[in-house]
Amino acid sequence: MDSSVKPKPHPAGSGGPGPTSALFPAGGPVILSGVEETAYQVKLPIFEGPLDLLLHLLRRNEVDIYDIPIATITGQYLEYLELMKQLNIEVAGEFLVMAATLLHIKSRLLLPSAGPDEEAEDPRLELARPLLEYIQFREAAARLDQRPWLERDVFMRGRNDEIAQPENEPALFNLGLFELLEAFKGILESLSQRQSLAVRVDRVSVRVRMGELMDLFRQQSELVFEELFEGDRTRTQVVVTFLALLEIVRLGFLHIHQETVFGPIRLSVRREAFRLEEG
Amino acid sequence: MNEIKQIVEALLFAADTPLSVERIKDVLEDEADIRAIRAACMALRLEYDQLGRAFELREVAGGFQFRTRPELADYVIRLKKTNPLRLSRAALECLAIIAYKQPVFRAEIERIRGVDSGGVLKALLERGLIRIVGRENLPGRPLTYGTTKRFLEVFELKNLEALPGLEELALEAGFSPSPPEPPEVFPLFGQAKEAARPGPEAEEEVLDEGAAAEDSG
Repeated sequence: MDSSVKPKPHPAGSGGPGPTSALFPAGGPVILSGVEETAYQVKLPIFEGPLDLLLHLLRRNEVDIYDIPIATITGQYLEYLELMKQLNIEVAGEFLVMAATLLHIKSRLLLPSAGPDEEAEDPRLELARPLLEYIQFREAAARLDQRPWLERDVFMRGRNDEIAQPENEPALFNLGLFELLEAFKGILESLSQRQSLAVRVDRVSVRVRMGELMDLFRQQSELVFEELFEGDRTRTQVVVTFLALLEIVRLGFLHIHQETVFGPIRLSVRREAFRLEEG
Repeated sequence: MNEIKQIVEALLFAADTPLSVERIKDVLEDEADIRAIRAACMALRLEYDQLGRAFELREVAGGFQFRTRPELADYVIRLKKTNPLRLSRAALECLAIIAYKQPVFRAEIERIRGVDSGGVLKALLERGLIRIVGRENLPGRPLTYGTTKRFLEVFELKNLEALPGLEELALEAGFSPSPPEPPEVFPLFGQAKEAARPGPEAEEEVLDEGAAAEDSG
């Protein structure tokens, strides 16, 4: 018999009367039987975070946010974490913090309050307040989604390349990869003609070189391709500079253009991108 | 009047950003006053609406702009061969928090959402929907974020005030924005709560105002 699929026992403290298989009836883990009886898959709904999961449990149990049955919800919450572990899904730290909070509230509800002078606030409000705040912003997000978005639902006249797709951005390939490689080859060839007295090999990472190039473009908004390689003495340095340049272009900080077929390749700053980067 | 309306229409047609009434006034100088320009914009908006054209005049980011009707989006997308704008749910949540609470810093956003939001923030910055507005006067001087004009343009918002109220949103999601009156079995609870919140009087006042407005109107 298929003993591996049998529902696991309730963790202690779970107030839920139903069996585990009824925990996530709709949109919950769907058990798909394979050809072999032992082969089965479980699909878990993906939750953005602990509040998301908690909200799902509240909705499913149809409970009031100000009257949360802590024992039931805590039980189901822990069951879910257990399920994640069984499926080898890494349980993010936030989920565990929430589990601790739930258990803490549960324990405080069990204990009698210390005295009449103490603030007689329902400890569950600690849960209700952040939940409510989260609900509000989630709803606000849903409302934003329903609005007529520019470039999704509504369009303005002409081009609006700032929001639109990256493929229309003037990129490397508009110029032609071969032209760029040709220019790169030229730089490499000119290397042998340069005088070199280098004794020590400087290891420059692409990342560091990117930073240097960005600084360069902050000072000068337009540079000719060859100018970028002026400081480079070794083949490695040239390669690193070239890779750094490609990366910067990929990130959308620069335009590459060439006015005439064999003319100089110019690199210019995309101002809007720099502004963003600097905030 | 007709003439002003035509001029305004031409300006709106030729502009590639939403045009504010003030901007139109700059162009027209002494030929029309602000009120006339505003009236012309409103009249145009109504006319385009009634004509049933494929585009309409919308109030966006403090100005007016012609935009196609949402029903026609599929066709325009086909023409443009572009991927329509897409944002993940996480990105929208972040954006909503920033829109309502700006200036707001990252830790606060993460507190509300309960999850790390660094990557999402970066994506929103890259899309130009949010920007860094300053630093919070707290240890570490964390960066604070706010929405951009582009945010208003993308979501077709007149201004930030056009966003629905947060309490109203909670109610519509089926949750009361404030705790209910505690049951009478716990008199201590009840007293504390009643003193703490304005209670039903405040709600009554709002209702009265609404009724008064109806009477006069």
